[in-house]
Amino acid sequence: MAQVGGLRTNDTILKLEDVHMYFGKVAALAGVSLEVKQGEIHSIIGPNGAGKTVMMNCINGLYRPQKGGIYFKGQSINDLRPHQRARLGISRTFQKIELFGGMTVLDNIRLGRHVHLKSGIVSGSIYVGKTRHEELEARRFIEEEIIDLLEIESIRNKTVHMLPYGLQKRVELGRALALNPELLLLDEPLAGLNLEEVEDMARFILDINEEDRWRVTCILVEHDMGVVMDISNSVFVLNFGNMITDGPPEEVQKNPDVIKAYLGEEELYSTRR
Amino acid sequence: MNGSGIKITKDLTIPKLFVSQCKRYGRKKVAMREKEFGIWRPLTWKDYYDNVKYLSLGMVSLGLRKGDKVAMIGDNRPEGLWAEMAALCAGGIGVWLFQDCMMDEVKYIIDHSDSKFFVGETQEEVDKALSIKGDCPDLEWIIWDDPKGMRNYHQDCLISIEKTQELGKELDRKEPDLFEKMVNKGHGDDICLLFYTSGTTSLPKGALLTHWNMLTMGQNLMSVDPCYDTDDFVSYLPFAWIGEQMMSISCGLQIGYTINFPEEPETAQDNIREIGPHVMFAPPRLYEGMTRSVQVKRMDSSWIKRKIYEFGTKVGYKVANLRFEKKPVLLHWKFLGWVAYVVMQKKLKDHLGMSRLRHAYTGGAAMGPDHFRFFHALGVNLKQIYGQTEIAGISIVHRDGDVKFDTVGTPLPGTEVRITEAGEIISKSPSVFKGYYKNDEETRKSLVDGWLYSGDRGFIDEDGHLVVFDRSKDVMTLNDGRPFSPQYLETRLKFSPFVKEAWVIGDKRDYVVAVMCVDYSVVGKWADDKKINYTSYHELSQKPEVYDLVQKQIEEANKDLPGPAKIRRFVNLYKVFDADDEELTRTSKLRRTFVENRYKDIVDAFYRDTEVIHMDTTITYEDGREQRIKTDLRIQRIGE
Repeated sequence: MAQVGGLRTNDTILKLEDVHMYFGKVAALAGVSLEVKQGEIHSIIGPNGAGKTVMMNCINGLYRPQKGGIYFKGQSINDLRPHQRARLGISRTFQKIELFGGMTVLDNIRLGRHVHLKSGIVSGSIYVGKTRHEELEARRFIEEEIIDLLEIESIRNKTVHMLPYGLQKRVELGRALALNPELLLLDEPLAGLNLEEVEDMARFILDINEEDRWRVTCILVEHDMGVVMDISNSVFVLNFGNMITDGPPEEVQKNPDVIKAYLGEEELYSTRR
Repeated sequence: MNGSGIKITKDLTIPKLFVSQCKRYGRKKVAMREKEFGIWRPLTWKDYYDNVKYLSLGMVSLGLRKGDKVAMIGDNRPEGLWAEMAALCAGGIGVWLFQDCMMDEVKYIIDHSDSKFFVGETQEEVDKALSIKGDCPDLEWIIWDDPKGMRNYHQDCLISIEKTQELGKELDRKEPDLFEKMVNKGHGDDICLLFYTSGTTSLPKGALLTHWNMLTMGQNLMSVDPCYDTDDFVSYLPFAWIGEQMMSISCGLQIGYTINFPEEPETAQDNIREIGPHVMFAPPRLYEGMTRSVQVKRMDSSWIKRKIYEFGTKVGYKVANLRFEKKPVLLHWKFLGWVAYVVMQKKLKDHLGMSRLRHAYTGGAAMGPDHFRFFHALGVNLKQIYGQTEIAGISIVHRDGDVKFDTVGTPLPGTEVRITEAGEIISKSPSVFKGYYKNDEETRKSLVDGWLYSGDRGFIDEDGHLVVFDRSKDVMTLNDGRPFSPQYLETRLKFSPFVKEAWVIGDKRDYVVAVMCVDYSVVGKWADDKKINYTSYHELSQKPEVYDLVQKQIEEANKDLPGPAKIRRFVNLYKVFDADDEELTRTSKLRRTFVENRYKDIVDAFYRDTEVIHMDTTITYEDGREQRIKTDLRIQRIGE
């Protein structure tokens, strides 16, 4: 299993300060603060409706919080739109798969790379010099770093909607990686997968986090407590928009408030082992 | 001669041949290709030579000595072949393991063979090796080649291929002619491979094969069906199967054709199509798989395509049958054959990667006449091969223009085949092995005065072709006293795309029965189309509609059989036979004695007047986990 804490540094990569997010009068996030260190896997857990996905959406810019600040590597990103945040190196996957079903696996992944391509329409249609070089480099990156890592060689030319769910999840991760992110937001990457697929996905997340080539900081929203407790450096527990606790997995598991929020769900963890 | 002008002498070894071929072709010719990161990447003979040389010297500096065993496991890839060649160059003996071997099998083989080195591919194989290392005292080094997932492994016994090659380079600087010296020390009678045969009855036995065995076998095959150094061959079947060794080493090295490695096992079919090999050797299940996919795709295709297919196969069968009967093919049939080729066969062969194929061989298990005819109707020159690991692969093959689908052909040059009084097939050739490793008793049983006793029953027909009936101990006696081959019936049943595996029972019983395993994807799709709901293989197999479907397939196979051999009852099994459950060998042959014990309840119930069998067993998953299954199986009767 992971050498927990081995790759974590003391530099803060992402900081949320007193973030409030309201939908009408409902407080989805009521003053949440979070600090994510470079190189760690930081999980966010909580019961359904706790506001986990809202938090992800705030970080990547889909939602603008009414109050509070979000800082990426010390710089405020409150006013940046999602694609601008993506360019900074924040990438994500979605709880419900958001791929282009009619396109091939390769095209979907290439799309993730698009943000880094500089050539315009004109030079792209001539395909010489810099453009050519850029294109070849993008190809090399996708093939050698992503397809090889995720072991999806056999489906690279298949249309996405024809693939089983577990593979679609993998393709979505591939697209997120094509951005070459520094911070990766994973929204329930294990939901709906069978045991073998869960093991594969957990391995990929560890690879992305630990391999020298990647060293990507991950924020993981997940219900599978077994995996969360095994691979995370820190676990942030959210309930109805409020933080219950934030700390190493072993402490979080003992916290009485967490057990209370998860009343009746402790067994979920024990059965998975 | 074998087309390459190389003379096989007792002094020649595989490494000597390797070195001379590398010198001959150098940088001018591509020795192998591997598809990696979506692109075919060529390696010249010079690259092949350098990689093998430094790996070999690296192993020597880690302590490999003449006669030491080097166990290898992994998918087909250049590094696998380098490792084998490197071991042989240093005077070592290669031991191949099947990629999907369970832990116990790996342990048994590593321990029994006294392997000193273990060459794996990825973290997965390294894990296997590390977990058995404590039980295998001779095992010293574990070499790996894919760094993925290896970042947390720091054991002293682990080393990468790259690192080993660096050690080799260092040694080469100190002793520049050491490599050639090692190669020149070898003799044709030295053991080169310790090959574990997947026994249908007992623990694997290790057959000892010499350089002379391997090279003469290749030479004899190539004298029948010459290959050329411009040919392409795709290596995608396990190296632990003697057939693959035969094509990649025995023949490949002599001829110098290009060996192509697919990107991943799952992409092999696509990669074969891209390469379009000239020669192919695969066990029947691969061809069965192709037939099945063609039949299924046909069902899915549009009306017009189906009509074209039907026309093409009709003509194809007619022409093939005329050729089988050695009757002249008249002009109008030739013309229709050409039309069938243009409108159908050409395209279909391209999809199967067979458009450039000169010779296709099948061997290793029995193949049904229906499959055989199917490929000939497509215009594929498919030929039977018969042999054993103990004779370095093959001893008998069909000749071009003399193919009979119920025989396995005639002996290779230099090979004598006879039938003993008991009906057992025995053979003698320069390729007959030296004996089983640490098993004198079995050696005495199968090697008598240089004759190899196969344990197969058969006869030689009026044209001098060998007909293999079945394994002697598997031959059944019908209720009218006639001998009958269950394997024959099983292969006929498997011609149906819906049937994945079949097991026929009926030795000295009142009637013949069968246990059927349906093909999950094909029957699953059929059920989807019929709007039949199911959640698992188990549930699907027990649907009454699926029972009726299987019954139809059995009735089809029953048609041409004599009364007592017709199948009267069957059940659909709740799972497919699997090598991980020891029901099949690693080469997918049914282990009858084992399944008879395991499914004793089913066998008994067939011959009692029961309708339903209560089952309670466990199944093993690939990662070793087990699951208990409790279920009821229904026996269906046919034609009563």
